[in-house]
Parts: sequence; C-alpha cells; structure tokens
Amino acid sequence: MWFEQVLFFVAAAGALAGALGVVLLQNPFYSVLSLVCHLLGLAVLFLLLHAEFLAAAQVVVYAGAVMVLYLFVVAYIGGVDEPLRPEGGGIAFFGPLFAAAVAVELVIAFVSSGLQALDTKGAELGPGFGSPGEIGELLLTRFLLPFEAASFLLLVAAVGAVVLAGRRRGLEDEGTGPMRGRDDPPPTETVEVRV
Amino acid sequence: MDVTWYLVLSAFIFAIGAAGVISRRNPLVVLLCLELMLNAGNLALVAFSRMHGGEAGQVFALIVMVIAACEVVIGLGIIVAMHRNKLPIDIDEMSELRG
Repeated sequence: MWFEQVLFFVAAAGALAGALGVVLLQNPFYSVLSLVCHLLGLAVLFLLLHAEFLAAAQVVVYAGAVMVLYLFVVAYIGGVDEPLRPEGGGIAFFGPLFAAAVAVELVIAFVSSGLQALDTKGAELGPGFGSPGEIGELLLTRFLLPFEAASFLLLVAAVGAVVLAGRRRGLEDEGTGPMRGRDDPPPTETVEVRV
Repeated sequence: MDVTWYLVLSAFIFAIGAAGVISRRNPLVVLLCLELMLNAGNLALVAFSRMHGGEAGQVFALIVMVIAACEVVIGLGIIVAMHRNKLPIDIDEMSELRG
C-alpha cells in the first residue's frame, strides 16, 4: 500500500501548494492557474477516496469550465498586480494569525473527536461505490429534492448573470437613448450611483 | 491512508482560504479563496463518506459544487458590472451596498 501513501502525499502537496499560490501570488491570472493545480490535486485525492464520479466532475466542470470563466473575466478586466502587504494595516498581520487559529482549532476538533473510525481506512465498500450509476440513482431517489433545488438555483443564477451583464444597456436606454456610441463617456446615472 | 489525514488536510486548506478572504483586496482573488474554502468542505464531506461507506456525502459534495458554480457566476457578474461602471476593482472601495 506504499503506492497509495506516495500518491496521497504528492496530491496533498500539490493541493496545499496550489492553495498557498492562490493566496500569495500577486497577479490574479497566476492565482487562477494555481487554483487549477489545487483542483487537480483534490481530484486525485477524491480518486483515492473512491469517489470516481466526483473526481471526473471536479476535473471537467471545475478545473475546466469554471476556471475558463475566471480566466475570461481576468483577461477582460485586466489582471492588476496587487501589493500583498498594504500600507501598514492590521489586516496583513491579523489574516495569517486568524488562519493559524482556525487551522489549529479544526485539527484539535478532528483529532479529539473520539470517532474511532477516523483512525481506520474506512468502512468496507461495495463494488460500485462512487460510480456514476450509484450517484445518479441516489440523486433521483433519495436526494431528489436537493437535486431539483440545485437545478432551480442554477436557473436563478443564470438569469441573474444575464441581468447583471445586461445592466449597462438598460441604463443607456433609459438615459441618453439607444443611439449612444460605445465609446462615449458613461451616462450620468453612474455618477449618481457613486455619490 | 487513515481518514484523519484527509480531514487535517481539509482543515489546512480551509484556513488558507480564510486567510485569503480576509487579507486580499482584489474581489476576483477573494472569490478564488471562497472556492478554496468550499473545496476544503468538499474534501471533508468525501472523507466522511468514505469513512461511513455511504454515498450521501458524495452527493452533498456534488451539490456544493453546484452552489460554488452559482456563486462564481453571480460574483463574476458583479465584478464585470463594477468594471463597466468604471468603479475601482477593490473591495475596500466598494461600500455602496451598505445600508
């Protein structure tokens, strides 16, 4: 079983390095790429935990589609380098301290929870554990309500994204009329919003 | 590998994400750090699902991924709207939603 241990430590190191990269890199573009590395490490960990379908969904949906969305927005906005240490400020000192406190507290909670199964490899598994068939059957029988709620939530999010992205045009139509060019100065409404 | 290892790893990832949410100022990076925290929760869910030998934890991790996708879509939509309204992309400057 040494192969499983080596794989665990390699994937865990990748996931931790990716997570640290997201927080510590100044350029948002590199942060996104670092998150992709983190997600791939997590997918390997999911495979080690016999969650095959979840690992595939993680790679295809998360590391693929969602991260491409992020990259598009970073490229559209223009990644601006951000100084990691803002001028003085207690946040730069308080953030890592808070993180260390949370980590220590969570580790204490896990280790001292008294769950005896924590120190084992887990329960005996059936042959099809974590396969798409079993997950799909659970989603359509026992977890039908969360499944439908999630699909409704996705619909709401899609409508919300369309409303948010099309808001500027609505302002134009109400303000100076639809004939205003793209490169004209912004309408006065935006100035009022800022005040 | 014992389940404890996975849980400790998820605790560390969650803490790193929390530090990022607190200390970064670019809203894009704050969203990325939120993803880190959600992923740490996912890892813990899957580890507990392995421990119990039931797949309910994996289904919940799948639902969490859906929630994360929704959050990304809305958050990025807000950031793009900020950019179009020529607002600075900085969460310290963005205080108009208050009250």
